[in-house]
Amino acid sequence: MEKEEFALKKMINKPDDVVEEMLQGMIAAHPEYLKRVDGCDVVVRAGGSQGKVALVSGGGSGHEPAHGGYVGKGMLDAAVAGAMFTSPTPDQVYEAIKACDGGKGVLLVIKNYTGDVMNFEMAAEMAADEGIEVEKVVVNDDVAVENSTWTTGRRGIAGTIFVHKIAGACAEAGGDLQAVKAAAEKVIANVRTMGMAIAPCTVPAAGKPSFELGENEVEIGMGIHGEPGTHREEIRTVKETTDTLLEKIFAEGIYQEGDEVAVMVNGLGGTPLQELYLANLRVSEVLAEKNIKVAKTLVGNFMTSIDMAGYSVTLLKLDDELKKYLAAPADTPAFVQV
Amino acid sequence: MASKLYQCMQKIGEDIIANKEFLTDLDSAIGDADHGINMARGFTEVLQQLPQEEEDISVILKKTGMVLLSKVGGASGPLYGTAYMKAAGAVAGKKEITLEDGRNMMEAVIGGIKMRGKAERGEKTMLDALEPAFEALNKGIEAGDSPEDCLAHMCEAAKEGVEYTKTIRATKGRASYLGERSIGHQDPGATSSLITLEAIRAFYLEQIK
Repeated sequence: MEKEEFALKKMINKPDDVVEEMLQGMIAAHPEYLKRVDGCDVVVRAGGSQGKVALVSGGGSGHEPAHGGYVGKGMLDAAVAGAMFTSPTPDQVYEAIKACDGGKGVLLVIKNYTGDVMNFEMAAEMAADEGIEVEKVVVNDDVAVENSTWTTGRRGIAGTIFVHKIAGACAEAGGDLQAVKAAAEKVIANVRTMGMAIAPCTVPAAGKPSFELGENEVEIGMGIHGEPGTHREEIRTVKETTDTLLEKIFAEGIYQEGDEVAVMVNGLGGTPLQELYLANLRVSEVLAEKNIKVAKTLVGNFMTSIDMAGYSVTLLKLDDELKKYLAAPADTPAFVQV
Repeated sequence: MASKLYQCMQKIGEDIIANKEFLTDLDSAIGDADHGINMARGFTEVLQQLPQEEEDISVILKKTGMVLLSKVGGASGPLYGTAYMKAAGAVAGKKEITLEDGRNMMEAVIGGIKMRGKAERGEKTMLDALEPAFEALNKGIEAGDSPEDCLAHMCEAAKEGVEYTKTIRATKGRASYLGERSIGHQDPGATSSLITLEAIRAFYLEQIK
């Protein structure tokens, strides 16, 4: 048994201890930013959150630095860590809400997955019973999924980071709960992401890759938990692949000549930064050709999928309000902007 | 001496835990490969936390629901948590369960799952096992069948329901992302519901031996 566990080539101790040890390791690394809510898989700002609307997000673990890495000034007030790829439970989300509610209300930022929505909704009902004002937004930026009655709707992926950033800045600037919610919803309406995977990820407790790809095969539109995408194809150059991702994003009809956007090229955990920069080079070329101005570019591992190799491209259309909040300072373990 | 319902919950929990890999494998085909892992984690905790001597059935069921809600996560946590809490509500204060009670519990369970999951039968979910099972149980009771026969019909219908999930596409949950590609695979949630019903039947048969 012991031997079998070690057959899994991962730098872990025991599969069941990964989330707990990761949280402890995060706190040990960032005590100036983060503290743990006692007995819960919840991290909050070390200095607390007073006199403002609080933002709570979270989800299954395995997407680090999401979401604990975004707890800090200008972004989140609390992050709830579920088991690997598994939505946190209502009692944990409820504890997060209670821990950071300062009387101005709490906004829940939920990624659109059946489990996450149900668990966060139950927590919101529990908090509302206690007289806490709670609103929620559901992020659904993944254009690989058709948003129809035949599906549970587009998934929430890397675009969520822009929601944290902009709604967080609005809350920090003194926006009330409705204003913060409106800012978050404006981001959700204007942000779209498309990703792809070269190699699968392995959930430690499962011990084997969550899906298989052929030697020269990639999956376009792969979700951040290994959910199926639009199709599989032979591996091509990063230039061609990035064009494919962008085509799907542009097909949404949101981004037009003369617009101003923010860009995120996000690594899924197993892709080198140099390849992400190659992808970004192509994104910047295409946007220049289309006469779309880039106000801000983020390249890095913002919303990962354990050790999955691959990347996603996110575009966010900006207006003056979004631009202002995007440019506002933020100070968190995973995102610092002065 | 542990109460009867405790023993029944123990049987359900053991069967779910024994099927951890099977449920996870089913989930890896159309979902995110964690159904068995999450359910096993939840029921391991249920078996540890349940008051063994408690005789009020609703107390045991409610506790089961609360533990599942706080330990399972994902979509199964709120759905099974809600199911057991609704079942508890249908037998408040009772120390024994009749076939009638079983029917009322199932009705409450199905109502709770529909409300929480915003789902209907035919969407490749737990409901595709539970609703036919409820109907078969109901029919058996109306026809005056013996409890053994009623439970046998119930499990048979649930099993057919699980088979039926292989023929339809998922429109709820992560499996819905697969669209047509979800056809051919049986639903893990419907399967864990079937395992639960079969455990109840097996426990009953053990009792009347």
